[in-house]
This record gives sequence, structure tokens and C-alpha cells, in this order.
Amino acid sequence: MAMMYSEKVMDHFMNPRNMGEMEDASGVGTVGNAKCGDIMRIFLKVDDDGVIQDVKFKTFGCGAAVATSSMATEMVIGKTVQQALEVTNKAVMEALDGLPPVKVHCSLLAEQAIHAALWDYAIKHNVTIEGLEPPVDDIEEIVGDED
Amino acid sequence: MEQRFVYADHSATTGVRPEVLEAMLPYLKEEYGNPSSIYKKARTAKEALEKARDQVAKAIGAKSATEVFFTGSGTEADNWALKGIFEAYANKGNHIITTAVEHHAILHTCEYLEKVRGAKITYLPVDSEGFVRLDALKDAITDETILVSVIAANNEIGTINPIKEIAEICHEKGVLLHVDAVQAIGNIPIDVQEMGIDLLSMSGHKFYAPKGVGALYVKKGVRLPSFIHGGDQERKKRAATENIPGIVGMGVAIELAVAEMEERNRTLIPLRDRLINEIEEKIPFAKLNGPREKRLPGHVNFSFEFIEGESLLLLLDMAGICASSGSACTSGSLDPSHVLMAIGLPHEIAHGSLRLTLGRENTAEDVDYIMEKLPPIVERLREMSPLYEDYLNGNTQPIIMKK
Repeated sequence: MAMMYSEKVMDHFMNPRNMGEMEDASGVGTVGNAKCGDIMRIFLKVDDDGVIQDVKFKTFGCGAAVATSSMATEMVIGKTVQQALEVTNKAVMEALDGLPPVKVHCSLLAEQAIHAALWDYAIKHNVTIEGLEPPVDDIEEIVGDED
Repeated sequence: MEQRFVYADHSATTGVRPEVLEAMLPYLKEEYGNPSSIYKKARTAKEALEKARDQVAKAIGAKSATEVFFTGSGTEADNWALKGIFEAYANKGNHIITTAVEHHAILHTCEYLEKVRGAKITYLPVDSEGFVRLDALKDAITDETILVSVIAANNEIGTINPIKEIAEICHEKGVLLHVDAVQAIGNIPIDVQEMGIDLLSMSGHKFYAPKGVGALYVKKGVRLPSFIHGGDQERKKRAATENIPGIVGMGVAIELAVAEMEERNRTLIPLRDRLINEIEEKIPFAKLNGPREKRLPGHVNFSFEFIEGESLLLLLDMAGICASSGSACTSGSLDPSHVLMAIGLPHEIAHGSLRLTLGRENTAEDVDYIMEKLPPIVERLREMSPLYEDYLNGNTQPIIMKK
């Protein structure tokens, strides 16, 4: 099974970046559900200029779920909230040197987790992030067609 | 402790044991004759084929070796039994009864028969330990029922079904019984006559024979049409030049497995029970899946709350431990194992399952090693889990009670 993952996926799974909690997060987003086997939670710390200073994640899920969460946190750190919105699941996948087809939904979940945390930040701080949509409760609604 | 390699996935497959390989080698080298040919070289192969058939027949308590048909796998044996009986007994009815916890070789064949061939299939429920509900079986049998197919011992959770009692219920109503004994053979006693089994599927690679060989036992008098058409092999029922090396290997392997069963189980069962007890002692929020008794000798299956099975397998693999899981992520679908769902596990618990199946080469040191590695790995994944965080913060109640 390990062989189906790229070295980068295995590296991020074995040595996850930014794993943990954040006490004074500016925004927290949790997506997925235990039913389909993946839950991701992203914590964001955003400064007054709207720049993401720190990110933490917690994930319940497979190797790909952990790796995509880890990679997604690395990709949004240092970006403005507007730039963070533009980090797509495709970009996360590419940064991991690809994912097996059945694991593509994990990268979507990572993208959604970032969006959910941004949404929480936007609501709490009364800011508008252009193009940001409210988080979807059930990730299966997004990926349903692929299965 | 240094890094070890512990193979704890014997329900998936086993390695060919040396005695078996030794017995096979001549048929891979100089004794390559085709049993259907006329010359002396062929006769050697033919004799080896019939010797293996005898060995299999004896191992399962068959009345005659002519009741044993070699196949390419346990899956093929399952397909043949179901499709063959459905065809041969069409004049009697079209109803087949099986269970919710069968292997996919049975379940997907039933789905095919239902969708394409017009069969009516009943899937019997099981109890929380995976035992077939006998009352449900009694209620399910109708005048249209031609076959009941029940797994002898479950591949995922190790539950050993009361085959003899099931056979009695079937025969009282004049219904044939097929048993998928792929996991059972070589691990627990199987006697087709004593237990009242009409058809029985076996797979060599589960008991230290090579892959690519299986067998179907068909009780004399049971009508079963040819499954693969072609030459006259297997009494015209299963054409194709016989896999002589594989068949020879299966014969030797089943003979050894049955002869050594009692002695092996005297060490394997305590090893299994120690692993179960230590997991329960050392890992909180862990639930044993399947029964404590009436469970396959080397079979351990646990659910660990708050974590997911594939991650667990990846980390165990890094530590040199081979295991498996009923998590959806290991199957490529969004749903966890149908067996874990059938015994009533909630999704989040089913996703966190781990199957460790010990075999003849495992030792007490292997169990020590598993117990050295497993608890910190579970802990590490829990530290990463938002579900565990929610529990620690008092936001949710655990499903599995902490011991």
C-alpha cells in the first residue's frame, strides 16, 4: 500500500508539518465527517494586514488526508487570506507529486478545510474575502459524482 | 528492540512452507508431463494429481477423492458452487440464502445472479460478534430455496460459525449447504461428512500452499454442471491443463496443516489471546471485533476510536509490521468493511479497525514487538486527530468505553 503514494506524500504523512492545535486562532474550520473516514481541522492565525502568520492542522483520515493537510498548511503560510483562497486542491496535489485517483477527494477536503477556516476568520473579524463561499457540511456533496 | 519484520496478515495470504516447495519442485522441473498424455512421464504427473486429491479428500473428511475438484482459487470454487447450483437446480427454485458477512467472492457472485440471472437472494443478518442468526435462517428457507451458502470462519473478524447446526437446518428442509471454508481449512477442524456439508470451497495459499490453486468439494449426488468448458480434466467438470505443481503443493500443505493443527493451535491460541489481552490493557478506547471464543486461532481484530485504519497500517508498515484494516481508505470506497457494518459498528469505529492474523511462524517475540510498536502508533495518530481533541476538550463522548 505504501507504494501507491509518492515519496512526498509519505514524507508529509510521516513528518507532518504544522500539526497541532492553536489556542488563539483567528479562524478555525472543520470539514468532512467520520462516516466517509476523513475529518480535517485547520487553525489560522491572521495578522492585522490580513497575512496568515501561522497555520495548524488536525486530521482524522488516511495517509493522503494527513499529507494533503500538511502540504496545504505549508502552502498558505505567509499568504494573504485572499491569496490563500487561491490555493486549489490541484495545486496541493501537484506539490505532493500526485495522488492515487481514489485519494483525490482528500485534496479537495484540504482545500475545503482552508476555506472553512477562512470563512470562520472572515465572519469573526467582519472582513470580506472575495469569492469565498460558506463551507459545505458534507464533503460527499462535493465529491459525490466521482464515486 | 531493533527493527523486526513481523508478518501478521496470514488471513490475506501465507508463504509457501519449505516442505511444500520441496514437494512441488520436481513438477516444476523434470516431471513436467501433462497428465492427459499417454506416456510414462505423464503418468507420474497423473499419479501426483490423484495423490493430492486423496490428501485433500482425507483432510476434509470426504467419503471419496472423486468428490474433490481442483480449481484456480477459492474465489473460483465459490463462483462455481453458486452459479453451478443455481443452474442445475433451476427446476426446483431460484432462491439462494447467504449471509451479510461473506467474502466478496460470494457476495458479488450473488449480486450477479440476482441482477443478471434472476435469482432471489436473502442475506442473513449476524449478531454483534458475527455469528449467523440461526432463527433468521430457519425463517428464510422457502420452497423455492435451493442453496444456503455460509462462511465457515470469517476472514475479517475470525468468527467461527456453527456449521453443523446450520447443515441440520438446511437438510431438514431439503436444501443444499455450501460452505466457504477458505479461512477455516488448516486452522480449525473441518469434516464435511460429520458436519453435513454438501459443497465446500478451499484456497491453497491460505495454508502455506502457493497461490493459484484451490478446490471445491462436491458431495456425491449433488448435481453440478461444468464450469470451464474444454478438455476432459477434473472429470469433464473443470477443463484446463491441471496446475500440477500447485496441486501437489496444496495436497502436501493441507495434509501438514491438518496433522499439525492441534499442536500448532496449542501455541497459536494463547499467543492470540495474549495479544488481545495486552491490546485491551494498554490501549484505551479499543474494542475487540468478533467473539473471544469460537474465533480463528491466530485472528485478532480491533477497532481503535478516533483514528483511521490506513494511517495505522502505514505506520505499522514503517515499523516492519504487516497487517490489514477494514477501513474504507484501504478499499478505495467511501464505505468501511461490510462485515464491520453488519456487526453494527458505527462508521467512525469501523474506519479505525486493525486486523492482525498470526500464523505458524509467529513467536512470542513477535507479539512483544507488536505491543512495543502499536500503542505509541495509536497514540501518535490520536494526537493528530480532531476527534480525539474534541473528546479531550469535553465536546464529545467516546463511543468505545475507556477501560
